[in-house]
Amino acid sequence: MNIPENLYYSNEHEWVRVEGENAYIGITDFAQEHLGDIVFVELPEPDTDVSAGEQVGVIESVKAVSSMFSPVSGTIAEINEALEDTPELLNEDPYQNHILVVRMSDPDDLDALLTPVKYAQLCEEEERGGK
Amino acid sequence: MAYTPNSQRVAEEMLHSIGLESMDELFADIPREVKLDQLLNLAPGLGEIELRQYMQTLAGRNLNVDQYPCFLGAGAYDHFVPAVVDQILQRSEFYTSYTPYQPEISQGILQAIFEYQTLICQLTGMEVSNASMYDAGTALAEACLMACEASKRKQILVPETIHPEYQKIMDTYSISGKMNCQAVPGRNGVTDVEQILALIDKETAAVVLQTPNFFGNLEEIERIEQAIHQQKGLLIMVVDPISLGILKSPGEYRADIVVGEGQALGNGLNFGGPYLGFMASSKKYMRKLPGRIVGQTLDFKGRRAFVLTLQAREQHIRREQASSNICSNQALNALAASIYLSMVGAQGLRMIAERCHQLAVYASNEFAKIGLSLQYDQPFFKEFALKVKEPGRVNRLLLDNGIIGGYELEDALLLAFTEKRSRMEIDRLVALIGGVEHE
Repeated sequence: MNIPENLYYSNEHEWVRVEGENAYIGITDFAQEHLGDIVFVELPEPDTDVSAGEQVGVIESVKAVSSMFSPVSGTIAEINEALEDTPELLNEDPYQNHILVVRMSDPDDLDALLTPVKYAQLCEEEERGGK
Repeated sequence: MAYTPNSQRVAEEMLHSIGLESMDELFADIPREVKLDQLLNLAPGLGEIELRQYMQTLAGRNLNVDQYPCFLGAGAYDHFVPAVVDQILQRSEFYTSYTPYQPEISQGILQAIFEYQTLICQLTGMEVSNASMYDAGTALAEACLMACEASKRKQILVPETIHPEYQKIMDTYSISGKMNCQAVPGRNGVTDVEQILALIDKETAAVVLQTPNFFGNLEEIERIEQAIHQQKGLLIMVVDPISLGILKSPGEYRADIVVGEGQALGNGLNFGGPYLGFMASSKKYMRKLPGRIVGQTLDFKGRRAFVLTLQAREQHIRREQASSNICSNQALNALAASIYLSMVGAQGLRMIAERCHQLAVYASNEFAKIGLSLQYDQPFFKEFALKVKEPGRVNRLLLDNGIIGGYELEDALLLAFTEKRSRMEIDRLVALIGGVEHE
């Protein structure tokens, strides 16, 4: 299971990479592995405000449909439009292909996220729990 | 339909096989206070001859459109249904099949639905159609929910020129809190465009336009289309499928979702139902379309095959996140529409639409000749509101003379003209109404 060191993680299996005031958000290797082949990603409208924990998109795979939540509050600065036609990028390299970028309004939101070590524990627990 | 109740002996055997002594034991879980503890108050049985006579007397009290020329429309229309429709429809393969729960094994019904979807797309000029909804009203309410879900807004602008029954269904759907319908008064029998333009803003999920509208008048679409799209809301159009034989398609008007009553397409009046709501959208919104969608694919041997597709929208997969609870459709009515459309063809549909319109224009001219005028001075397709003093009285007189009159509005009678009507029938209608009005 690939869990890069330089990222923040959420309980919902999203990763966050911080560049200045921007949070790049995607789904983890664990998430893509469990979803199976991803066939559709529903992206939000740019320039809309989101609060941490709010649903911002939907990921549809051959096995399931899952909601995607923003781990931080702010304004949606960018969406990865390449995913509209090639959603499989999320399977091929989940960490090189972000889903959206949120311009953060409250960087303290990051404190509530998981470290790589904590996230690895979460994955392990979920594996054992049979999820 | 045959109904054969179980004999006493069979009922007892069935009870014994599950270890019960009596019917009371079987229904022990139903509270005593809601059980009927007496026999039903029914008259003694009749012999077959007496029963048939009795039922025929009852049936004879109905008026039907085969006996009487019908000028009543208001959402349900007496269009001609060619005999071939029933001939194909009543094949037992179609007549007895239920909505496919193990869909891929039912290739025949899936193909029938796929053909229907293709025809609806061609008719409306849209990219994707679902397998049909219950009727136009439910299709419209579902379209509104869909627009709210897609735009993440709640406000729907509803001109009061929309069919009043559809408005009621939309109000019922609004109880969910997921959408909020704002009624906008009409002006001279059409949508008040200026008022709608003033109301459209960033909170508007969609504007609904019905054309021809409830009063039969054609609506102006372009300015509202531009305004709602500028604010990133959706345009929902409600259309009469027959009118699309001659009118510009909703796709050409850049509508996002199109719904309508499909009864006019090969379905009889059926005493008010079952009907058929058709529903189509642009590709952009196909993942939000409610109901079933059949897709075409190849099987493992490379042969053409059909599947239920995009099911992730549906409640059994999406659970509480599904945007609709409808996982069924009106397959038999949709099949009637497909047979009808493929029989009449594009050219035939155009001829039917032209005939309806010409008869309506003829009638309005004849009314004008005797000094009667229309309630609204607007372009119409096959239906218009005629100003009369007492609509109820006019209708009674028409009925006494073997004519089914129009829908009663305040100080007006809404009259519909299908291709089944003749100039002779219209001449009689005009003479009779003229007689009452000029008393």
